Order: sequence, then C-alpha cells, then structure tokens
Amino acid sequence: MFGKLTWDAIPFTQPIPMAASLGVILVIGAIIALVLWKGWTRYLWDEWITSVDHKRLGVMYALLALVMLIRGFVDALMMRSQLAIAAGGAQGYLPPEHYNQIFSAHGTIMIFFVAMPFVIGLMNFAVPLQLGIRDVAFPVLNSVSFWLTASGVLLVNLSLVLGSFARTGWLVYPPLSELAYSPDVGVDYYLWAVQISGVGTLLTGINFTTTILKLRAPGMGYGRMPIFCWTALASNLLIVAAFPILTATLAMLLLDRYLGFHFFTTDAGGHAMMYINLIWAWGHPEVYILILPAFGVFSEVIATFSGKPLFGYRSMVAATLAICVLSFMVWLHHFFTMGSGADVNAFFGVMTMIIAVPTGVKVFNWLFTLYGGRVRFATPLLWTLGFMCTFVIGGMTGVLLSIPPADFVLHNSLFLVAHFHNVIIGGVLFGAFAGYIYWFPKAFGFTLDERLGKAAFWCWLVGFYLAFMPLYALGLMGATRRMQHYHETGWQPLMLVAMAGALVILAGIVLIGLQLYVSIRSRTSRLDRTGDPWNGRTLEWSIPSPPPPWNFSVEPRVQGADAYWGMKQAGKEAAAQEPQWQDIHLPRSTPVGVVLAFFATFFGFAMIWHIWWLAIAGLAGLTVTALVHAWRVDSEITVPALQIGEYERRRRNT
Amino acid sequence: MTESSSKGHRTPGKPHSGVLTYLAGLGFAIVLTLASFWAAGTNAIWEPAVPILLAALAIGQMGVHVVFFFHLSSGPGDTNNLLALIFGVFVVGLVVFGSILIMSNLDANMVPMDKLMKMQR
Repeated sequence: MFGKLTWDAIPFTQPIPMAASLGVILVIGAIIALVLWKGWTRYLWDEWITSVDHKRLGVMYALLALVMLIRGFVDALMMRSQLAIAAGGAQGYLPPEHYNQIFSAHGTIMIFFVAMPFVIGLMNFAVPLQLGIRDVAFPVLNSVSFWLTASGVLLVNLSLVLGSFARTGWLVYPPLSELAYSPDVGVDYYLWAVQISGVGTLLTGINFTTTILKLRAPGMGYGRMPIFCWTALASNLLIVAAFPILTATLAMLLLDRYLGFHFFTTDAGGHAMMYINLIWAWGHPEVYILILPAFGVFSEVIATFSGKPLFGYRSMVAATLAICVLSFMVWLHHFFTMGSGADVNAFFGVMTMIIAVPTGVKVFNWLFTLYGGRVRFATPLLWTLGFMCTFVIGGMTGVLLSIPPADFVLHNSLFLVAHFHNVIIGGVLFGAFAGYIYWFPKAFGFTLDERLGKAAFWCWLVGFYLAFMPLYALGLMGATRRMQHYHETGWQPLMLVAMAGALVILAGIVLIGLQLYVSIRSRTSRLDRTGDPWNGRTLEWSIPSPPPPWNFSVEPRVQGADAYWGMKQAGKEAAAQEPQWQDIHLPRSTPVGVVLAFFATFFGFAMIWHIWWLAIAGLAGLTVTALVHAWRVDSEITVPALQIGEYERRRRNT
Repeated sequence: MTESSSKGHRTPGKPHSGVLTYLAGLGFAIVLTLASFWAAGTNAIWEPAVPILLAALAIGQMGVHVVFFFHLSSGPGDTNNLLALIFGVFVVGLVVFGSILIMSNLDANMVPMDKLMKMQR
C-alpha cells in the first residue's frame, strides 16, 4: 500500500534531525494557526497564491529564497562546527552518515533553492517594469514555474522528516548514486526535487526569453534596453539551452535506478564518466545563469548611485553575450583529473582563462562608471563595492584553478571550496542582496532601514573573509572537501577561525531579518511617495511604489537609453496634461499553478517511496488540471479607464 | 522589432499561412520518412554509407519542419527566431561534439581494468 514507506522512515533514534523536524513542524503549524486565527486565508489565496502578477511572484520567489537560505545556512553552521571540533582523534558530533547528508543538502539547497529562486525573483519583479510592460509573455506559466519550484523545495525538506537525503554530494555522481551503492531514498529525493523544480526553471527561461525579445515598450530597441534586462536575457537563453541537459541526464540516472538501465553503472557497458561530462555541460552554464543577472543588478546600482550613465554600455552587452557563449565551452575544467589527455585539458583550460577577459571588461566598466561620479554610499552600493573586491579575488583563484597542472594539486581540496564560495557568495548572493534592497521600496512602498542594512553588509563581508580565507590556506595544506574529521591538529586553529566567520555571517543574517522587522514597524515614517527613492534612471522608477497591478497607466514611450532619466531631464512628468485613460486588460488570477504543484508534489513523493497507485493518481491529476485549464473561457479581467483615472488623480494629489 | 502591446500582454506569434504550405510540408516530410525507411532496408547502397544517408535525411526532415511548420524564414521579422535556432544548434553541436571528444580522449588515455590487471602480473 505505501511502497517503501514504513514507520522506520522517521529517524526516531537520531536526536538532531528529529529536533530539527519538530522545530520546522512547529513553525509551520504556528504560521498556519496565525493565518487561520487572523482570517488571512482568503486574502492569501486571492492576492498571492493564485496571483499571476509578476511582481507578486517575484516577491514570493525572494521570500522562498530567504527562507531556504536559513535552512542552507544551518547546514553550513553544522559543518563548520563539526570541523572545528573533529580534529586529532575526535569524531565531532555528526556521524559520517549524517555529515554526508548535510553537505549534499547544503549544496543542493543553496544552488537550486536559494540562488536560483532569488535571481529569478529579481528578474520577475524588475524585468517587466524596466521594459515598460504590464506583464510577462505568459503570466500563468510564470505562476506554474514558481509553484513547481516550491514543490521541489517541499520535497527536499520532507527528506528531513521522512527517510534521508542523498549522501553523494550535490551533483549525485554515479556510481555512488546508483542503486548498488545508494539503495535508500536519499538520491531519489534529490532527483525528483530537482527534476520538478527544473521544469519550473525551464518554463521561466522560455517565458522571460520571449518577454524580453517580443514585449518591450514602444521605442525600446535593443540598444536602449536596461543592462539588467540584457543580463536577464543572456541568463534565460542559458536556461533554455542548459536545463534540458540537466533534465535528460537526471532522467537517465532515474532510469538506471528505477528500471535497471545501465547508462552510468559500472557494469553492463555503463560509463559513470559520461554522467560527470553531461552534468557539467549543464553545470557550468548554470554558474553563469546565476551570476549574469547579479552583474546586471550591480550595473544598475552603480549607474544609479553614481548619478551617471553606465560606462561602456555596448561593451557591457558584448561582454554579457560573450560570456553567454563561452560558458558553454569550458565544462571540462570541472573534471580535469578524470583522465583526459593533455591536449583536451589544455583546450578547456585556455577557454576558461578566456572567460576572465569579458568579466574583466565588466569590472573596468563598473570602475569607470564610479570614476568621476557623484557617488552615494547607500546600502546597495556597499554590497556592490564589496562584490567588486571579493569577486576579483574569487576570479583570480578561478583562473589559477583553470590551469590543469595546478588543478591536479588543488582539486577536491578546501581551496576549491573557498574558490566557489568566493564567487557565489561574493557574486550571486551579494548581487541578490543589492537587488533586494534596491528594489524593496519599489515592491512595498517604503525603504529599508539603512543603518541595519549597513551593519548586515559589514557582517556578511567580514564574516565571508573570516570564513573562507582560512579555507584557501587549509586547501593548500592538503585539507580535502567533504571530510568529516581530520587527524592533523595543526589545521584546527584555522578551522576555528572559519567557524568564527560563519558566526559573523550568522549575525549578518539576523541583522537582515531585523532590518526587515524594524522597517516594517516604522514603515509609515519611511514611505516612498515619489516612486523614485534613489533618483533612478530606468522605467521602474517612473511609476508609483508599490506599482498598481497594471504597472503603467499609460504605456511609456522610450526616447533613449536610461529612459526615465531622459524623461526627468526633459521635465515631461510635471508638464504632462492628463491623458485619455484607456481600459487595461490584465490576466485573471488562476489556481492552476498551485494545483499543478500540489499534484506534482504527490507524484514526486510517490515515486520516491515507490507508491505506484499514488504516482498514477498524481500524474492523472496533473493531466486533468492542465486539460481543464486549456479549455478555460475567461482568462482576462478588464480594469476600466475610470478606475485608472481615479487612481492617477488620487496619486497626483497626495 | 518591438511589438507594441497596448493591450498589456499578448502572446506573440504570426497569423497562420495557408493550408497549401502545410500540405507541401507534410508531403516533403512523408517523402523523407519513406526514403529513410527505404535506405535502412535496401541493398542498393554501399552499406557503410547508409548511416550517413540517414543522418542527411534526418537533417533534411528537421529543415522541412522548421520551414513549413515553424514558418522560420530569413526575413527581417524573423531575426530573433533565426538567432535562437542558430544558438540552439550551436549549443547542441558543442555538447555532442565536446562529449565525443572528451569521452574518446578519456578512453584513449585510461587503461581498462582488465588490461591493468594483466600489466600488473
């Protein structure tokens, strides 16, 4: 009846996962109780859960990412504290079996369920506003994407309570991840969670590529598009090109595990190296899917807070597209030591070094934008400056690792761990926070507390250096990644420094939460009445904060690059006569996204535990939901011109 | 190239061309499919050439689909779609060619386990 699922699946004997699951269940229970008690169910369902508004979806993506950041960070703290004590003969407090799950879950969560949703959330919120349009090309699909991502998140977190997670590292390399060596449900949790959320990501890629290519405000040619939209376009092109590789590769591993295929097994002609080859053909572009939108955020922030147009707009676009193409030509550098010959290794090593060139172009463009500008050191700019210093160091160690002989010494060491945290934290996460603080007033109509924001930034920056610079040194001393304890007591002092760094980052996370809390409490005194709190340059600042559901009451006419800056210079806003308002058609809210995700979650769960009847039911539910939605008759609502006129008059009078 | 969208969102796309185009496409597709089946079963062609012919027919089939069913043309309104197709073909080519290069190089460099055992003896 319940497949492999029995009472043994609940880890009653292990205190740490048990306490963690109880805590999570209590928090979720408390939130549900609060919602029911306050009577917010209706509001949440109508305005958020079934919403197809890109702004709402963007906010939900960011919220999801922040919540999962806490989960992933708890894993990080556990690893750091384990390694701080497990020196010499000591074994620490985490048995290998549990430790292996923690580092696998940490990587999976941080990439798939923190970095991806955060970046996609920022794109969701900002891209249509910057393009001067009322929604994305496929608004319902957008909601489906979000809820499928949430479904993946749910499955990953279920593994905490029921069964276990993969013990194989975040990319589940075979043969370890094959049935012969990982017979329990851990790898299946990983595979189904990533497959389901991967479908959501692919749909996002298609949606945003179409939106940016086809739906721009009149007058906004490619040469006038804000740079964030350019980087979002490149990122979504990469999603469309790369995510099918991930899906196909994981599907082959699923066939191996479920139907006895031999794509990657060690027997019957399988080749585990093929998996590693294919997964990195997705994995390297993935890195750029994450970092390119972050580059876009930094470009917007630097231009805004320097009060001048971005230096070298065209070279920035060219560099973005060059990275977009080059990112597909370097994937072997993730497995130099797999056994390829010197010529192949050398080719991919050189290609990797070449990527540093367009990235360098970007760094110089940002520096020249700052140069001679009237620079305001607001929090988003602080994150950006922190990024520039940190990312350059991470880039340098990356170029070092791209030299195959050096990689033979450093691969699988903590040096590598330090390198990729250096670029992902210093690049993607700093970019996400810069974007979060930059666009927060636009999303909610009030600014975030600057003092706490700056404190959070400094904690993250200092914490990052404390936590990861020792890992570079440890890696050079020979410490490997994914080790649960070590005999060399000489490493312990540096491990303790890294632990202290993680605690400083913890303070940074607490401060970000506190900043949100304090800012919400004092929101009436920090309202953004102008809609343009930073003296911005792009179209999202030309509309009120928070924007109305239809974004633009009048379709903007773009006259040049930095469209809103140009309008402000021309003084158009003040002089404008009241225009002839027109009816606006908006997509109607629909529960199809959340219903599809509901069935997808049950389908994934059933497949993980081999509950075949439930899997069939889930699949049937998915099909029926999609069909019912396909035959819908009424998909739009009309906002009458009268209401828009009233809204605009009220706004202008206050 | 910017599609003005006074109605808020609108799914992009072009009006469908005539039924004749579809029928012509269907005709080409059927001919190419039959040719593939014939090539696979015939003795009239030098045997090692058969896979190459099949690959050529398959590429032709893709071309027919792209032109007659996806309506991709080289016209100025289609630049985006054409670029997207070129990017897609480029990436697929890169991954396929790269994987073959990597895996064959790997096989040439790594000694299989049974040979390794013999060498040790």
